[in-house]
Amino acid sequence: MRYLPLTQIDRDAMLGVIGVATIDDLFVDVPEAARLEGPIPGLPMHASEMAVERHMTALSRKNLTAGEVPFFLGCGAYKHHVPASVDHLIQRGEFLTAYTPYQPEIAQGTLQMLFEFQTQVARLLGTDVANASMYDGSTACWEAIGMARRITKRGKALLSSGLHPHYVSVAKTMAKFTGDALETSAPTLGADTDIDALIAAIDTDTSCVVVQYPDILGRIADLKPLADACHANKALLIAVVTEPVALGAIKAPGEMDADIVVGEGQSLGVGLQFGGPYVGLFGCKEKYVRQMPGRLCGETLDADGRRGFVLTLSTREQHIRREKATSNICTNSGLCALAFSIHMTLLGEAGLRQLAAINHAGAVAAAERLSQVPGVELVTTHFFNEFTLKLSKEARPIVRTLADRGILAGVSLGRLYPGEDSLANGLVVAVTETTTAEDVEILAAALQEVLA
Amino acid sequence: MSINASGWRPEAPISGGKAAPTTTGNKALMLEEALIFEIGDTTTTGVDLVEPIAATSRLGDLARTAPIGLPGLSEPETVRHYTRLSRQNYGIDLGFFPLGSCTMKHNPRLNEKMARLPGFADIHPLAPVQSVQGALEVIQQLAHWLVTLTGMDSVAMSPKAGAHGELCGVLAIRAALEARGEGHRKIILVPESAHGTNPATAAFAGYSVEDIPATADGRVDTEKLIARLGPDVAGVMITNPNTCGLFERDMRVISDAVHAAGGLVYCDGANFNAIVGRVRPGDLGIDAMHINLHKTFSTPHGGGGPGSGPVVFSKALSPFAPLPFVEKTDDGFHLVEEETAGEHHAGAFGRMVAFHGQMGMFTRALTYILSHGADGLRQVSEDAVLNANYILRSLDETLEAPFGGAGPCMHEALFSDNGLADGFSTIDVAKGLIDEGFHPMTMYFPLVVHGAMLIEPTETESKAALDQFIVALRSVAERAKAGDVSLKSAPHFAPRSRLDETLAARKPILVWKDPGLAQAAE
Repeated sequence: MRYLPLTQIDRDAMLGVIGVATIDDLFVDVPEAARLEGPIPGLPMHASEMAVERHMTALSRKNLTAGEVPFFLGCGAYKHHVPASVDHLIQRGEFLTAYTPYQPEIAQGTLQMLFEFQTQVARLLGTDVANASMYDGSTACWEAIGMARRITKRGKALLSSGLHPHYVSVAKTMAKFTGDALETSAPTLGADTDIDALIAAIDTDTSCVVVQYPDILGRIADLKPLADACHANKALLIAVVTEPVALGAIKAPGEMDADIVVGEGQSLGVGLQFGGPYVGLFGCKEKYVRQMPGRLCGETLDADGRRGFVLTLSTREQHIRREKATSNICTNSGLCALAFSIHMTLLGEAGLRQLAAINHAGAVAAAERLSQVPGVELVTTHFFNEFTLKLSKEARPIVRTLADRGILAGVSLGRLYPGEDSLANGLVVAVTETTTAEDVEILAAALQEVLA
Repeated sequence: MSINASGWRPEAPISGGKAAPTTTGNKALMLEEALIFEIGDTTTTGVDLVEPIAATSRLGDLARTAPIGLPGLSEPETVRHYTRLSRQNYGIDLGFFPLGSCTMKHNPRLNEKMARLPGFADIHPLAPVQSVQGALEVIQQLAHWLVTLTGMDSVAMSPKAGAHGELCGVLAIRAALEARGEGHRKIILVPESAHGTNPATAAFAGYSVEDIPATADGRVDTEKLIARLGPDVAGVMITNPNTCGLFERDMRVISDAVHAAGGLVYCDGANFNAIVGRVRPGDLGIDAMHINLHKTFSTPHGGGGPGSGPVVFSKALSPFAPLPFVEKTDDGFHLVEEETAGEHHAGAFGRMVAFHGQMGMFTRALTYILSHGADGLRQVSEDAVLNANYILRSLDETLEAPFGGAGPCMHEALFSDNGLADGFSTIDVAKGLIDEGFHPMTMYFPLVVHGAMLIEPTETESKAALDQFIVALRSVAERAKAGDVSLKSAPHFAPRSRLDETLAARKPILVWKDPGLAQAAE
């Protein structure tokens, strides 16, 4: 039992100090009926590092690793190259094994990093401020809707049909319990977003409009007219960014006057990890900061007048406000925020812009190549690194067939919108700096074959 | 007993004050570090990227043209920046971290290695399920062990952290009550010693919260709780072992009474480490409990997350558990999502998150469970409880232990600040401990004890480490009792002295602004 330092001699000596005869005497408060005698049935006994590693490695080999095959999946999680120093640095024990920085004098490393992260996120999203991270994009999105309700004191949110369907599901789930009214629908397989329809639907009961940018089909559109329409009705615009690399190429939602901008930060530093842990980004206009959920790090001075950082505005939070808190969030996603921040520091603005340009150019080339395949039509006109194809056949079985051949072709809209026949032939394809021209050729050839 | 293992001990006060201040502000190994915005440059990058291939832009008129303001550093500068920052942090790897209620145990490095196997780290959540059978098997195996260890019926794996798990559990309770036509039950009873997340969660789920007082011995007042039950009460949220470090002896009685009155029982499982392998919460009649994988099952806290908070459910609540979950059939593992839940899980209350939960934490927790096994996990709770009682009994003559007379504690020892000199409080003891090289205990929580000091050693500390801490805390406490004013300005040897939190809150500076630009704007 390599993780347990006490020896039997230690244990006996300690029982002596405590003044009891056996360890069972320390569990006297547990009613006898609830005490388990002997090891939990059904669990094996302890195992060596080597034995456990063998077991886990065997399980990992049953998965088709993204890096080993032509890979085109996106829809809220993207494969990007993460520099080696990122993972090295986040594994430093002083970061990895620290807690939430409740004792700021011995947590300046985490706190300064969070302050830098907040600034990077705010600048990326184009907002005045940002918090120290949320669980992920989907929960950040829901928290933003709640925040809009508190600010506007209205309970109707309009969700764009281009919002990730899992984000919609999370919001619908929470709304069942909070009583918010959500208006939502499935997207149409076309080049245009639903911004005009959203503008038409805003009324004086609307607390907010939630729009994804780029949206679930990869489409991008100017958010300024939508922001203006929201503000004319005293509603808020919430923009959701699931691919932060995009903001190295396209205007930030904050620049187009979005009030709250949330996002999924997984693309930078974090990796795919089958969906988690990820890192939620959350920024807003300065005037709304006291309605924000989550931890905030702020600058201050120490008793000797030196600059330092602390968690601040905690009167919004559960440990102070209890049932009146802006959110019940406690743990967030600190280590993933660190990974995001290190990756962003390595890139810098110049690197981020170039990375975004590589992604966009690769996606444009792939879209053009794939749309030459008979039976494939490019649906999306304006996009960043993800676009939608309409196939001449149902996309979902094709994705499965290609997976069996070692090609991860993209996300079928049938997977995301089961039962929506109008979307069944849609395939969302993501292209990043990790995608090679050869990968695109392999996918084109395979599509040509299965669509023939 | 020597204070440290080398046998060296100071003969005069240690002070940095005698030396001339350094030009740089550095103190040998402790290096000051500027912000990336002060040392970086928007034209610098630490990543080599190829030139984009030639292609016609499809961005329309949305190209980002204005400066973003993101500084870059070369790789060596980046490594140095974050290495220097890391050295201003205290972590379990460095020393004893007895933060009560947080279970700061050793984070095994095998966990880290396994989570980084490409077959786990580099797979997409929406990959066709036939290509991720190993990942689904990890989730299914971990789910099986969590259900086995807790004696419950099922588990929802997707919640992202403890508080998120609480929300999942309370939403399942509400869904179950509404399905019974009892949506009019609007009250959740919460003991006053509860974590702040409990009332915040209940309020978020649309419930009114009523506090239940504690008895003089630090437990829930069972009589008052039972007397409050009735047709308006949806359920209770109880932490067991509780935040005073005590086992709620009446848990079964409370559960039975709540059920008899038509309510449901949520247990905050933050303190499961004290009983894992020895007590199954399912045997205590609870309906839902979250498990912090980042506490009991050793996944790292990472400076404030990510966590992971799977929720185990009783038979009564299982039908309402959220999507998605993993199911095993003859032809492999399947993901039950909105599409496939259909008739056999029609009661699901919805979805907590995009995708399937904290896979990176699942691989770590499964690695830990398999490493310890049934015998090891039982030893974990025994050693955790032994270590806490050793601290309690070694210090209860120095500090007041408000519930120490009533018998043993579980995994954490609780003291108050009664007996310190006038004007001295828990925070002064905590900051004094920092100078002695320890992370302080949890301060001022639970609220039911004056100036609470909650000490949770966990099972991964040696007797020598505990002895050193005991000597140090005894010394600091004696100074606080004697009114040693130097404690009021502690810590003296940390990278920063006491930080002005009032200033931070009064004029919040949450992002860096270029001083030149900020001045020009004024």
